[in-house]
Amino acid sequence: MSVWARIAGWAALLFGLLYFIVPLGGLFEFSLKARRGVYSLDAYAKVIGDAEFQATFTYSVVMALVTIAVGVLIVVPTAFWVRLKMPWARPYVEFITLLPLVIPAIVIVFGYIRLYNTSSWLPMTGSVTGTNLLLAMGYTVLALPYMYRAVDTGLRTIDVATLTEAAQSLGAGWIGILGRVILPNVIPAVLSGAFLTFAIVIGEFTLAALLDRPAFGPYLQRIGANKPYEPFALSVIAFAITWACMGLIQLVTRFSKHSKAAR
Amino acid sequence: MSFLDITHLEKSFGAVRVVKDFNLSVEKGEFISLLGPSGCGKTTVLRMVAGFEEPSSGAIRIGGTDVVGKRPNQRNIGMVFQAYALFPNLTVAGNVGFGLKIKGTPRAEIDARVAEMLALIGLPDLGGRYPFQLSGGQQQRVALARALAPKPQVLLLDEPLSALDAKVRVSLRNEIRAIQRDLGITTIFVTHDQEEALSISDRIVVMNGGVADQVGTPFEIYNRPNTRFVANFVGQLNVFRADAGGRIGGVEVGQGEYAARPESLHLGHAEGADIRLAATVAEVHFLGSVIRLGATVAGVDKGVALDIFNRPDAPPPQVGQKIDLSLSSRDLIRLQ
Repeated sequence: MSVWARIAGWAALLFGLLYFIVPLGGLFEFSLKARRGVYSLDAYAKVIGDAEFQATFTYSVVMALVTIAVGVLIVVPTAFWVRLKMPWARPYVEFITLLPLVIPAIVIVFGYIRLYNTSSWLPMTGSVTGTNLLLAMGYTVLALPYMYRAVDTGLRTIDVATLTEAAQSLGAGWIGILGRVILPNVIPAVLSGAFLTFAIVIGEFTLAALLDRPAFGPYLQRIGANKPYEPFALSVIAFAITWACMGLIQLVTRFSKHSKAAR
Repeated sequence: MSFLDITHLEKSFGAVRVVKDFNLSVEKGEFISLLGPSGCGKTTVLRMVAGFEEPSSGAIRIGGTDVVGKRPNQRNIGMVFQAYALFPNLTVAGNVGFGLKIKGTPRAEIDARVAEMLALIGLPDLGGRYPFQLSGGQQQRVALARALAPKPQVLLLDEPLSALDAKVRVSLRNEIRAIQRDLGITTIFVTHDQEEALSISDRIVVMNGGVADQVGTPFEIYNRPNTRFVANFVGQLNVFRADAGGRIGGVEVGQGEYAARPESLHLGHAEGADIRLAATVAEVHFLGSVIRLGATVAGVDKGVALDIFNRPDAPPPQVGQKIDLSLSSRDLIRLQ
């Protein structure tokens, strides 16, 4: 590689980093200016001490965990079965799992409200539990592209058919195969999908707002509209959560003890 | 009735009949090899015995019970795969104990059986390792131990040595045979390697186009092949066509085509060898203790091959050298 090409490469990298870091730096700097004349963590203290922050954040964390559980229960067996028995269906399943990327969340939530309103045959929006369930379903749909791709990539790294047959010959049924053989071998991939799901759910606004649930996304929006410094502190916190999730994905992948397994 | 009885087994994938009227009776403790080229249906037969494929028709009885329709996990069959198929997330001990854990065997019993199996395969100290920390040969030994640990009725080996290098293959196949004899477990071994099949089997089933062409001991299969395919597939063959008078090398044998193994041909005029042929050396392959010569013979289209023992004091004939060959008409195999 020539010197100029190397310099151009570094310049492009530097430009990219500045493009992302400067606004974030500005955001972080502004979030520290709650006290006049000095930098302080007052905005962060206020936000973290806010009972509503704690309640909405806890609610979103719980919803994220439920979404991850539902996602894993739906995606792992589906991706496994498609790889094992229905490889011809793979393009169709991939297309379906991509739909949430092209169909806006607002369309999904209006569909839900129309289908599951209090005068429908399944009035899920008529109760808190029903609405929470509906929200979890919505989150699962939104996270589907990420979860499916992560799991499918994980399945690609193992010989699904032979491992399944080996487990069958040793007496395992389908649940045993999924629980003891397939899932443990795609755990890094499942965790990648789970962390992505977590990041999506924590910041999601549309579904939670329109289903009127006390989630972190609508809280972020409300604070942003009414307070000067706290929204910036919240944004930094939200970024930190997302980055922590990304870091955990890297860690899990790197330290997976059987990651060198033969295919 | 035999311990494992396969009768009129058929399998079609769409319009393609992969296995046609396959019949086989295996005695308890017998080691049977299914030998044949790729696509001959040998693996499909094995997979039907394991339960991974449903037969189109026919019956498979193990210990008198028809297992067709039973799921693979209900058949109590151990299987070793070409690609090892060890569970990457489990240690060697975890892999070997997997089948017992599924059965709900108590922990102490599992530990004892795992230790016994690891000792049997000669890897008593590797229980804590993961599959990726083992060599190919070690992985396949562990796969064998895993298949044997739950004490299956039948052991199925699907080309278990194909992925290994030549030296390991030979030592492992001998180990497999020794363990099989030791445990007295009924075994079906699928291979396309004739040497493997000849060296370790009680009987061999040579398959061709979904049909069992011949079932017999290695000695029978090699020395008395029933069909041209078996004669050609197992070992190397020299084919002679008798002349209009039904003679080969001046000796009357009757009309038709005959075959002779390379080791039946002798360099020079051997005692008791009534057929004599003049030949020219075309190829010399030094194989160590044996030297294989390729020679052209008048009236034999593809030439002939013969084996001679290496002797340090006598170098082999050179390419282009005229030689005399002889063979006994009793060693000729009539091709049908």
